[in-house]
Amino acid sequence: MKTKKANLWALFWAILALLYFFVPLYGTLDFSLRMQRGKLSLMAYKLVLSDPQFLASFRYSATMGLITIIVSVLIFLPTIYWMYLKVPQARPVVEIITILPFIIPVIVFTFGLIRTFSGPPFQLTVTPFRTDILITIGYVIISMPYMYRAIDVGMRSIDVRGLTEAAQSLGSNWLQILFRVIFPNLRFAILSGALICFATVIGELILGDFLVRPALGPYMVQVGRDSAYQPAAMAMLSWGLTWICLGIIQLFGRGNISRQITGR
Amino acid sequence: MLPFLLFILVFLILPSTNLFIGAFQDQQGHFTLANVGVFLNDYVLKSYLISLEVSLITSVLGGVMGFFIAYAITLGKAPAWMRNIILSFSGLAANFGGVPLAFAFIATLGHTGFLTAIFKGICFTTAAGTQACPFDIYQAGFNLYSVAGLTLTYLYFQFPLMILTITPALEGLKKEWLEASENLGGKSAHYWWHIALPILWPSILGSSILLFASAFGAYATAEALTGGSIYLVTILIGQQIRGDVLNNPNEGYALALGMVVIMAVCIVGYTLLQRQTSRWLRS
Repeated sequence: MKTKKANLWALFWAILALLYFFVPLYGTLDFSLRMQRGKLSLMAYKLVLSDPQFLASFRYSATMGLITIIVSVLIFLPTIYWMYLKVPQARPVVEIITILPFIIPVIVFTFGLIRTFSGPPFQLTVTPFRTDILITIGYVIISMPYMYRAIDVGMRSIDVRGLTEAAQSLGSNWLQILFRVIFPNLRFAILSGALICFATVIGELILGDFLVRPALGPYMVQVGRDSAYQPAAMAMLSWGLTWICLGIIQLFGRGNISRQITGR
Repeated sequence: MLPFLLFILVFLILPSTNLFIGAFQDQQGHFTLANVGVFLNDYVLKSYLISLEVSLITSVLGGVMGFFIAYAITLGKAPAWMRNIILSFSGLAANFGGVPLAFAFIATLGHTGFLTAIFKGICFTTAAGTQACPFDIYQAGFNLYSVAGLTLTYLYFQFPLMILTITPALEGLKKEWLEASENLGGKSAHYWWHIALPILWPSILGSSILLFASAFGAYATAEALTGGSIYLVTILIGQQIRGDVLNNPNEGYALALGMVVIMAVCIVGYTLLQRQTSRWLRS
């Protein structure tokens, strides 16, 4: 460490990391292009993207992702705002609650949901629409740790009390404060929470599978059983999607997240 | 606040409590401890052992790899471009699990995968005149759809997770400590053994526990990779949900409860160790 130059030991590990990251990525890309014997082609991608079942399940999961985001924001934004403003002593409890989904594995949580809500009195799995309600709730809970953290970080960086008092003195009601003052100030934090939420729902397997809804995860497993090249193409596509989501977060996250746009 | 608590109570606490109660009831609904006996069932015991084995191996290997890579990009002064790629890719890889990850490894190391084909192609003619292909990994006994293959696959999200959680601790090591050690004539080994590691061990252990928990709760990757042929606890619970393979729903609840207990121990341990770390990181 006396020299500025990298030592060989460090180089070895850094190169190992790069290999571990990129060899499967390149391997998957290469594999996905070899559907036609003897030449590179985009045939696997064409087959995936033109499969009506793929489009249907993607549309279903994307729609569920958007609904989950809206429900999550409607639940968590007022809650966290209220916590900051009135009951800061509730923070430890709320924090423990929000990491519960890490403690209860998704498969166990799904087990509990099915046992509790499929029978009377709720019967939430008898029609597709009711199951969709249940699955949305499941997605909201699974993505809760990410959404909570994102909004919490954003809320910490603005002057909640000052903004509230300023808005109140100008005659705003609670709804106006929440959605015309707090929400715009947290737009980057909420965006990053929303993107992680979206990526989680899109890639989710267990809830869609066990509640028997046409989500993307179960569809991908099915294609994985039936064919060789399309799964590789789907892996690349979902890689790209995750990349885009995280890329947008990093792009906006750079310094912007901590900037309050009004009232300071 | 109240709608949130109500939501959590009905949709998270109630289902969990329901499983918890079910684990201590017989099929007529009377209280019993008999369901704990499910852990003596050969299948169940084996599934717990395999899950623990996979989680332990991937958390230790992932922890060691992640630690040294984090070291390489912080104190080891690996080139800045490598550092940037590794750090931002870790964020991506740690979030990249489930079905697509399994597909990526099948395309890379499956029977006809990209790497498998490359290794297989390394052939030469021996002195006896026969063709030898010493790197045909499937011939050599490797199988992606086994515990070893699952381990390799899990490592793809495990070591990046370690990099992400341990890097702040490594960056928090103060330069003065190293200088003080050197001024007193300490060698690099002294510094690491007597100063750096004693400071770092809570965060190393804590991060490894986090890795352990993330592997223990994983389902989708294993399901998509092996079609459920490796009996992890999560896979067994999945089969129990589908078709009551234990022939006793209440034993199924006990099975699930066992997982929650292990996960809870992990997360509590992680939180306590993390608290210890953040204390010196702040000072």
